[in-house]
Amino acid sequence: MSNHKDVVTSGSISLLNRRQFMALTGRVGGALAIASSMPMALLSATVQADDHQAKPSKDAMEKLNVFVSIAANGDVQIVCHRMEMGQGILTSTPQIIAEELCADWDKVTAVLGEANTAYGNQSTGGSASIKNHINHTRQVGAVARDMLEQAAAKQWRVSKSQVQAKDHSVVHIESGKKLGFGELAASASSMQMPDAKSVSLKAMKDYTIIGKDVALQGLESIVRAQAVYAQDVQLPGMLIASIERPPVVGGKVKSFDGSAAKKVSGVVDVIRLKDRSYPVQAYPKSGVAVIATNTWAALEGRKKLKVEWDNGENEAHNSEVYKKELVAKVSNRAKQFRVVGDVYAHQFDPTKTLEATYTVPYHHHMSMETPSATAQLTDDGAEVWSGTQAPQWGKLMVLTELGLDAQKDQDKVTFNTTLMGGAFGRKSKNDFTIEAVELAKATGQPIKVIWSREDDVKHGFYHSAAANYMKAELNDDNSSDYWIQRVVAPPIGWLFNQNSRYLRDSSLSLGFADVPFQVANMSFENHEISTHVRTGWLRSVGNINNHFALGSFVDELAAKAGIGTHEMWVTLLGEDRSFNPRDEGFEAYTHYGQTVDAENTDYILEIQRFKSVLKRVMDEANVQEQLPKGQGWGISVAYSFNSYVAAATKVEVKDDKVTPLEMHTAIDCGLVITPDRVRSQMEGAMIMGLSITLESEITVKDGAIAQNNFYDYPVSTMDKVPPLFVHLVASDNAPGGVGEPGLPPVLPSITNAIYHASGIRVRDLPVKAVLKV
Amino acid sequence: MVKFTINGKPVSLDADPAMPLLYAIRDIAKLTGTKFGCGLGLCGACTVHLEGNPIRSCVTTLSAAEGKSITTIEGLETDGDLHPVQAAWFDHKVPQCGYCQSGQMMSAAALIANNTSPSEAEIESAMRGNICRCGTYPRIKAAIKQAAEVTKRATEAAKQQAKANEEASKEASAKTGRGKA
Repeated sequence: MSNHKDVVTSGSISLLNRRQFMALTGRVGGALAIASSMPMALLSATVQADDHQAKPSKDAMEKLNVFVSIAANGDVQIVCHRMEMGQGILTSTPQIIAEELCADWDKVTAVLGEANTAYGNQSTGGSASIKNHINHTRQVGAVARDMLEQAAAKQWRVSKSQVQAKDHSVVHIESGKKLGFGELAASASSMQMPDAKSVSLKAMKDYTIIGKDVALQGLESIVRAQAVYAQDVQLPGMLIASIERPPVVGGKVKSFDGSAAKKVSGVVDVIRLKDRSYPVQAYPKSGVAVIATNTWAALEGRKKLKVEWDNGENEAHNSEVYKKELVAKVSNRAKQFRVVGDVYAHQFDPTKTLEATYTVPYHHHMSMETPSATAQLTDDGAEVWSGTQAPQWGKLMVLTELGLDAQKDQDKVTFNTTLMGGAFGRKSKNDFTIEAVELAKATGQPIKVIWSREDDVKHGFYHSAAANYMKAELNDDNSSDYWIQRVVAPPIGWLFNQNSRYLRDSSLSLGFADVPFQVANMSFENHEISTHVRTGWLRSVGNINNHFALGSFVDELAAKAGIGTHEMWVTLLGEDRSFNPRDEGFEAYTHYGQTVDAENTDYILEIQRFKSVLKRVMDEANVQEQLPKGQGWGISVAYSFNSYVAAATKVEVKDDKVTPLEMHTAIDCGLVITPDRVRSQMEGAMIMGLSITLESEITVKDGAIAQNNFYDYPVSTMDKVPPLFVHLVASDNAPGGVGEPGLPPVLPSITNAIYHASGIRVRDLPVKAVLKV
Repeated sequence: MVKFTINGKPVSLDADPAMPLLYAIRDIAKLTGTKFGCGLGLCGACTVHLEGNPIRSCVTTLSAAEGKSITTIEGLETDGDLHPVQAAWFDHKVPQCGYCQSGQMMSAAALIANNTSPSEAEIESAMRGNICRCGTYPRIKAAIKQAAEVTKRATEAAKQQAKANEEASKEASAKTGRGKA
């Protein structure tokens, strides 16, 4: 316990005293209680052109871009500008900065950054925090290190080349004399900030913090229950809001009666939220809010609320009917997005051909913490506290909501961030944040919006229900020359453009049209479909349905060919080679945001890495073992978010009941920053994979979500989880993602295991429709 | 006014006696370590101890606490020393997002208070009502085993110490002749 790693959210005023707050957030500049704590690294951050983010403001960068601060006693504070939802980024990003800074990790405290374009991209999703931003993050530390070195050189009156930062000090190489970071901090802050691109970065072999299981930032705070989540924010005079929202997307309040609600003790007001128009984007759904002095009063008031809805056209949506539509559409030839050879010139031989359609229902994130945000108006703007994956997008929405200028008025909104009690993609949308702002504006009071579990389940941004069609003809040597894949699913792009009916290239890049098989003739197709619920990013997104289909189909082909699944994979993958879908018929492939071209080959797909993780998981799990009747192993391997993951699951099927017995995952995510957090993400992905495959399902009746709470959207509990094993493949490759890639291969590994245990092939999730779970 | 003790301190809360204890603890007593997860007693995030027994505070009324003692996660440690369950959670790096972990630890502490050698089945039975969406169950299980073992050893050591003390005092009283009838 020597490493006390407090987690200090940027919105934790109420749980810290004022002095601690000032010292730890560094938001009060010269008035700091610890006088020598000062901003050091000011970077010209590269903000990625994200569709929905505020453009960087030069003015704000001059004032606010602060990552590293060092106190006179040597304590280092590092801002983690990427958002923490359980993936461990609060440790990993500061770890990278501390490595380049040459800091002593025991002296480092991480602070969650507020929304600020000066930090660069803060949109925490797509498993991107390390893999898409590591160079920028390394520069943050290296720039600060350079300034400390400059300060020491100046003090010793030697050239900078004669000094070197090491172990939280700067050393004069020749004499060996040292100055600690704390001693140098004040003068370092006045040094010329070097160009971030010119500073030298460490060689991988010299890493002492990256790749090590360092003390986790925030762990002790969580264990002592001192960590602050969005629901924990407390402001003086704060009121609680609970909102009755339209059950159907696009629905509006026809009329309401809040008189009974207002009579409930503690209820202060009943307020109708404004109607919102299409496209729905990530804005609130409108509705009627009950404002009260405490949560219970708000919930009791809501029970007394009478609201009549105008449901609108989506009232006709029923997921059971929609699934039939998905399946019908996907069985027909559709718009081709990737073409290799000409599969349609071929007459398929029915005896050698396998066709299958796989379906996945809508899914919900079901984070343990339901959405929550708090807002308070200020003289010229607002201060907000939110647990969100997308603070800058959220801030832009707040500015818009208040009628402020997205560029000029950035300083008028302070957007504090808190830890998230899980997110999985849901909290990239700031609908709940805007609700708080809208109500703070309407009441003139500080408002915390709390969502009940039912609110969360019924007003989410769901994983798209999907149907995937697969067709392949096998040659006598079990290779294939003819391959067709189709997918149909409501596109997430519909949120932003209601005419959107096809999946975008970035969606088709998610384990669909990037299939790396060596097949001479292939067609990858997408059918159009209308959208009637809000769909959104859920951990690994389209890879969920796309890989469930692919991993299942390879297993089915193996069964048809009478060979092992592993042999089928190796045969289809073909020769060890570099694979760039852009060169093989899919020019629009997005490489999970990486640049891949003649000069940049770090993220080109490598067939050997697929085979290697698959082999690893098979060996570790001993999947070739002789099993008793009723038991079976299933495997699959997937590339997603620039990482390679193979999964193996053993199940028993007995008396129409499936019991998972053992699960393994092997991951090659290139350079590993925090090994234990890679392991924890793989463990979590296996368990989420069990939930999604076996028992979770969102259905829609008359436009409204039918589920309510954990009793009808069940997720795996401890007694349902078998022993889990994670195998990290050592790799010098460029870092890949970790938060999402663990999930895709788990799904077919489970259903394939069910097939090998029982002969029952599950093509429609969840499994509970055909077997007890 | 509903009067009871929270973490050893007497409190009297001016609130509707029908209010679930969870909201009284969070909104009125301002102890936010106890979390809301479902509101129906299904997920365990709101677990606290009522007279030492684990209860779901989201479905227990404030009135049920009248005159009783409540322990929340904030009261689990003693004078800054972590409870063996908290220490084990730290050692096994159990939390991911951490949100459900207060409830997990409260359930685990209650289990261990009654059983310092829980079997796998006993652990699963005691913990199946505590949901973790991040998927920390394997580490929770390992941490519970460690905390149980630590508690068992501490209990045995305390017993032996008590026995030794008793013998020493018997011996002492035999020598001095005091304590004889």
